[in-house]
Amino acid sequence: MRTVLGIIAGVAALLLTVAQFGTAGWTKPPILANQHGFRGTGMDQVKTKAEAAAIRDANVAPAPAEKVEPGTDKAGTTYENVQVLKDISTEEFNRLMVSITEWVSPQQGCTYCHNTENMADDSLYQKKVARRMLQMVQHINADWKEKHVGEAGVTCYTCHRGNPVPAQVWFDAPSPTRGFIARNNGQNMATPSTGLASLPYTYLEDYLAKPDPDQSAIRVNATTALPEGKGKPIQQAERTFALMIHMSESLGVNCTYCHNTRAVAEWSQSTPQRTLAWHGIRMVRDLNGAYITPLTATFPPNRLGPKGDAPKINCATCHNGQNKPLGGAHVIEAYPELARNTAAASAPQEKPAPAPTPAPTPAPAPAPQ
Amino acid sequence: MAMLSFERKYRIRGGTLLGGDLFDFWIGPFYVGFFGVTTIFFSVLGTALILYGAAIGPTWNIWQINIAPPDLKYGLALAPLREGGLWQIITFCAIGAFCSWALREVEICRKLGIGYHVPFAFSVAIFAYVVLVVVRPLLMGAWGYGFPYGILSHLDWVSNTGYQYLHFHYNPAHMLAVSFFFTTTFALALHGSLILSSTNPPKDDDVVKTPEHEDTFFRDTIGYSIGTLGIHRLGLFLALSAGFWSAVCIVISGPFWTRGWPEWWGWWLNLPVWR
Repeated sequence: MRTVLGIIAGVAALLLTVAQFGTAGWTKPPILANQHGFRGTGMDQVKTKAEAAAIRDANVAPAPAEKVEPGTDKAGTTYENVQVLKDISTEEFNRLMVSITEWVSPQQGCTYCHNTENMADDSLYQKKVARRMLQMVQHINADWKEKHVGEAGVTCYTCHRGNPVPAQVWFDAPSPTRGFIARNNGQNMATPSTGLASLPYTYLEDYLAKPDPDQSAIRVNATTALPEGKGKPIQQAERTFALMIHMSESLGVNCTYCHNTRAVAEWSQSTPQRTLAWHGIRMVRDLNGAYITPLTATFPPNRLGPKGDAPKINCATCHNGQNKPLGGAHVIEAYPELARNTAAASAPQEKPAPAPTPAPTPAPAPAPQ
Repeated sequence: MAMLSFERKYRIRGGTLLGGDLFDFWIGPFYVGFFGVTTIFFSVLGTALILYGAAIGPTWNIWQINIAPPDLKYGLALAPLREGGLWQIITFCAIGAFCSWALREVEICRKLGIGYHVPFAFSVAIFAYVVLVVVRPLLMGAWGYGFPYGILSHLDWVSNTGYQYLHFHYNPAHMLAVSFFFTTTFALALHGSLILSSTNPPKDDDVVKTPEHEDTFFRDTIGYSIGTLGIHRLGLFLALSAGFWSAVCIVISGPFWTRGWPEWWGWWLNLPVWR
């Protein structure tokens, strides 16, 4: 009896052992060499050549529309109710409208935003959202150029990729509504945005939704050798870990892209990319707080999340698995009208306009945060 | 040199794998043999190269001396001596020394007429090392994926290589390896304390107890005793499994799995019972 039980247990262990290699997601060499730190530090980005090629092919910037000869007529005088782009020429305006259709609503066409009976009509919510999004794109390219987006810039396509609603948006997570557990402190639910880790899943609301959270919210490491206060609880560290996994997954990189993990908090041992990421976090907060959330009342209920919040952006919305969105293509070069603020930032009529976005915190670059 | 009475029986020539009678002698208590000579050769050369690497490096601080592997750009080719070539030669010397030592153990086993359990067990440790610095780099296409030789630097490598997969504790083979490491220390502690307990009876009863007492202790406690020989089989299995799964957990990370390890558990979340 004992022998039989032993054999059964042995066979079961063997089958389970073999089964762990039969699950999804396994890869095979060749690996693309991508060293990101001094040799021997293990700061390498690990992808197979096939994976790298697939990601590259899935993130191709569309060819810009043919250049047009700008005429003398301004769009603001040719058309009615042009608010943001009134100072560019009619030809450039029309070219941009065609491009936006290709970027955002290639299936739905012009009618996704416009009432074709009267193109100036603002009755469709999509048009009001699009106007605000134009201002957001200009704001990103003008005010976040130095700190985050650089020469590459962004267009509508960077996020939308041919979808009226970008594929990578997020909503506030609902509280559990059934079962014995009335609340779960936002933990113990594996979510794709944390790479299926059972880390807290409300971290996006905590760190990326509001324009000006506590500037030291993310840092949990002590800055002194000996404790000088209560310190932060382990749940806070897990939230930070969740955010970091989200950033890694969004950019298709691992922790060592920004950090030497021997001292993750130490700026002097981090890579230059960490500075860009630090500003990126602040950019996302700025955009969600000043552009997306104020549109909540403009969106119809079916566009809102389970808690009635607007679809918000995170790192993945632009990056989509790449360290540089769309392979680092300089998408803004062909659309200079989107590279500068052409109208004072103002929210749609339904809600009072928030104060024009203040220039984001002057970044003492890799200063201790 | 004192010699146990039975040693004269086996301190005779024969049983060597290589070198015939040439190195088949003892120096004091140590058997030499062909592989003893190669062990000395590789270990002295390798250690000297480590010292040379430290000499041309920035520090003599024992914690910070670092012999790093080449940049990934060298792939599987030889690198300049100061840019990782030293690491390559030292790795070669280390494998030469470890394998020589194992083969010297084999020769001693043959002389004694005992099984090869000790060299086999040591081979598992060598296997784990070779997987780390040879097999995985070969699979990934560059020697630069090996770990650096230095007390702190190799720990930094372990940290960063773990974080390449976002959360290494979700690696199933790592889970197995860690569990075996804990279990092997647990089993050794139980075994050691049991032996000491039966050989150290209380002061008022100075009769050393037999294995029957040891077996009875565990039968009374958990209903089963694995026995005097069985505990050593179990110990060897647990210890070798720890080393074996360590090798597996690192060789799958990179060549065969490139994402965060938490994502591997998607199959669990997708089980039809609760998905």
